[in-house]
Amino acid sequence: MKELVVISGKGGTGKTSITASIAVLAGKAVIADCDVDAADLHLILEPQVQQHEQFFSGKLARIDSARCTSCGLCAEYCRFTAIVSEAGGYRVDPNNCEGCGVCVRFCPVQAIAFEERHCGEWMISDTRCGGMVHAKLGVAAENSGKLVSMVRRNAQQIAEQTGASLIIVDGPPGIGCPVIASVTGASRVLIVTEPTVSGAHDMQRVLKLTRHFDIPALVCINKWDLNPQLTEEIEATAESAGATVVGRVRYDALVSQAQIEHKAVVETSAESAEDIRNIWKRIENEL
Amino acid sequence: MKIAIASGKGGTGKTTLSVNMALAIGRPLTLLDCDVEEPNSRLFLETQQLSEEVVNTLIPEIDGSICNGCGECARFCQFNAIVSFGTKPLVFAEMCHGCGGCAKVCPQQAIKEVKNRIGAITTYKTGDVTLHQGCIDVGVSMAPPMIRELKKKMSESELVILDAPPGTTCPVVATLSEVDYVLLITEPTPFGLNDLILAVAMVRELGLPFGVVINRVGVGDDRVHRYCAEEKIPVLLEIANDRAVAEAYSRGESLVDNVPGYREIFAGVLPRIEEEYKRWKQ
Repeated sequence: MKELVVISGKGGTGKTSITASIAVLAGKAVIADCDVDAADLHLILEPQVQQHEQFFSGKLARIDSARCTSCGLCAEYCRFTAIVSEAGGYRVDPNNCEGCGVCVRFCPVQAIAFEERHCGEWMISDTRCGGMVHAKLGVAAENSGKLVSMVRRNAQQIAEQTGASLIIVDGPPGIGCPVIASVTGASRVLIVTEPTVSGAHDMQRVLKLTRHFDIPALVCINKWDLNPQLTEEIEATAESAGATVVGRVRYDALVSQAQIEHKAVVETSAESAEDIRNIWKRIENEL
Repeated sequence: MKIAIASGKGGTGKTTLSVNMALAIGRPLTLLDCDVEEPNSRLFLETQQLSEEVVNTLIPEIDGSICNGCGECARFCQFNAIVSFGTKPLVFAEMCHGCGGCAKVCPQQAIKEVKNRIGAITTYKTGDVTLHQGCIDVGVSMAPPMIRELKKKMSESELVILDAPPGTTCPVVATLSEVDYVLLITEPTPFGLNDLILAVAMVRELGLPFGVVINRVGVGDDRVHRYCAEEKIPVLLEIANDRAVAEAYSRGESLVDNVPGYREIFAGVLPRIEEEYKRWKQ
């Protein structure tokens, strides 16, 4: 079983649009949306939810004001400025609490409870391109990396059960915790970049990350005709960093139109659909 | 006034708005690039680097000559950053949040906290704009400690613009805490709308006043406009979809200095924010 993870470093380069098209072209893959922070793939693939689970991860401190003596030790020990002093005592700001438990352990009157934290939900669904695992992180919640791992683990199980040979993962932007959770152990990473100075800069950092975790990287350049010269430079940079360039996608105003119609680009007559088909052929050979 | 520029979806124009607003304002201000995983503001400014400072977090170091292998530190750690097998425990720096709890609970006082590099803050200057860029080292997973360190620079000027990372989770929450006003930038597409709704839920949860900027007007449909009208969210600026903008952006050029008409457009944003902020405070 192979796992292809689509990432970009920079946001908004077209990861989700290209992932949706690849899912359509691959036919019977299992799809995992690991951009649990701002998931969009469901807008195109319109999953029919079969199973819905709550996601609990980590803990949250809560001060019992009836027992609190306002000694202030918790505020002094907290490294995350999560203990807020208010008229009449202290309370925990859940947006800043990282759930380390220091305040709970050292409160001299045991006035702080340590409760399981609800961080979001995840779903197993059917789509026109195969099974899909996706998730929704709670508002301003933590532990996105753990939710990503949960989504991937379930996608792997479904692939094993159904005999699917490929898992396609729509990854998050950046290079931090949810990206690391998305790429570790994957067979291939597809980096979608664009010919802008930001796209080039961010691709280099993502390539460093994939080398750090020793995952072979494929690169495609979206909206390549926006700056043909920079496209060539990016391709040269990617190849010298050991990545395989799998193609270019032209700038195409019809991509937004496809989104509006809940269609993958390759399900429309947009000109860029041809470019994505060619890229998919290259990826299939690489996998 | 501290103004954060954020968005649920990536690539909607956070950095473009931050940089061009900063250049158009015409008085001294501080710009913080809080997208510490992929900082880009610097690419659009002709700047001189002034200084660089290394940012560290604290991680435990266990003195094997004192440790008796009791395992209390590993039992206490909520992040699985310490593993004990009855001998001197192993420390996994990349899992450590730096809470300091292990050092406090060790009955033998065998743990001291030592510095662990996570990245650097680089300071640049151009005209009125002082830019502090936070950048985590590749392989470091946690952005919030870098963002918290970067935000200590907020005290140096009266006006601060924070270029936030994309999304709605901990790095964004770390960026938005203690700001006065949030500008959410989006684009008029289904993805843009979906992620705007998530971002609005986040800023409402944080109790912050906010307005919306719609970028690339013309690419999609009118659902973002309708949503803002229904939710009574002020739209502070609309930027038309313009190939000249996309090309200048691709080359790393600011719009205010390179595309005619844009200095005036970006100069108009701060007065609108001040107006909205005043209204919110009443």
